[in-house]
Amino acid sequence: MNNQIIKNLQKHKEEVMYAWIEEMKNEKGEKFFQYMPEHLVEKTSREFTALMLSNIEEGEDVSDEQSMEFATKIVRFGWSISFINTAIDRFSKVVFKHLEREGVVNGENYSRFFELHLNWIEPLRRSIIQSYSLEWERTFNLQKIALQELSASLIPVFEKISVMPLVGTIDTERAKLIMENLLEGVVEQRAEVVLLDITGVPVVDTMVAHHLIQAADAVRLVGSKCLLVGIRPEIAQTIVTLGIDLTDFLTTSTLQKGMEKALRLTNREIKEVE
Amino acid sequence: MNERSSVEIYTEWDVVAARQLGRDEAKSIGFGTVDQARITTAISELARNIYLYAGTGKIEIRRLHDGVKKGMMIISSDNGPGIPDVRKVMEDGFTTSGGLGAGMPGVQRLVDEFKIETEVGVGTTITAIKWLR
Repeated sequence: MNNQIIKNLQKHKEEVMYAWIEEMKNEKGEKFFQYMPEHLVEKTSREFTALMLSNIEEGEDVSDEQSMEFATKIVRFGWSISFINTAIDRFSKVVFKHLEREGVVNGENYSRFFELHLNWIEPLRRSIIQSYSLEWERTFNLQKIALQELSASLIPVFEKISVMPLVGTIDTERAKLIMENLLEGVVEQRAEVVLLDITGVPVVDTMVAHHLIQAADAVRLVGSKCLLVGIRPEIAQTIVTLGIDLTDFLTTSTLQKGMEKALRLTNREIKEVE
Repeated sequence: MNERSSVEIYTEWDVVAARQLGRDEAKSIGFGTVDQARITTAISELARNIYLYAGTGKIEIRRLHDGVKKGMMIISSDNGPGIPDVRKVMEDGFTTSGGLGAGMPGVQRLVDEFKIETEVGVGTTITAIKWLR
């Protein structure tokens, strides 16, 4: 990389930094530069500038490790990706203006700056985007796992009676999981009656109903009974209007009523003792 | 809120996004819980049909007020394969995907006005209207 540019930038670090802060103060969005106390803004800006400039000190092109290290540090600032992008844009603009004023870059050797931009700013930007998308992917995968964990567990409540509370949207993947957990659980827990509680399912459309019917059929095949409980009034109306046939299902409005029915089915009842 | 809003359907999760939008709109128009459930379910069916049969498409929601009554219009549009026999699709129990076959006739019963425009190889547009009573 061009040594003259680098030397000049190192020398006028402060100047560039303050020009950049001024630019950033006019940015809408993150409000970081408007609301943060002055000394914090300066501290962060100093860090940012130092990070930006540290990568060109060596006098050669920015290496992959350098840019990744830079990205990791920048991500820790906690800014949004678009804000960081703007910050880098503004920084690059400030640097260009500064170099132009200093006469290091002029009409004749504009390609110098272009080269600087290509070998310095762009790799940094790429690394930022990369580390952000990695971070998102990681979060997304973790949440997916977390969701799967709380997806569908069959809980043994009494001997021969188990409950599966369903909460949230049922998509194809979850429907498969429900079916698997249900059948495995029924066999393992020796459940004779299973209560499928849909109180927490926001929408019961034909696909959800189809999956529930299939699950109940499968439960019947392994020799147990399936009760559909927690049908809210509006869901009941929608199911009827849709024309979904649930006559083969034993259904109740609440889990409590379902439990009473399940106990009756297994020839038991809960009694108050005096 | 805008008079019209829309959700593009690309994945199964966009179905959820579409009906969430529908529910929010229905709530702010003033529909009761039962009608909210009807509208949400109708959108769910339409969006799922896009996802299952056309792959991609769009669910658009418009607010209606003709001076006397208020309502909501749901427009489901795609550039998918189209429906060869509309009459069959509207029959209860007809399915090509192994489902219940209650989707389309169900949607028609859930809303007040219902219209299908479809051409094989060009796409399908379904317009459904629910009036606030």
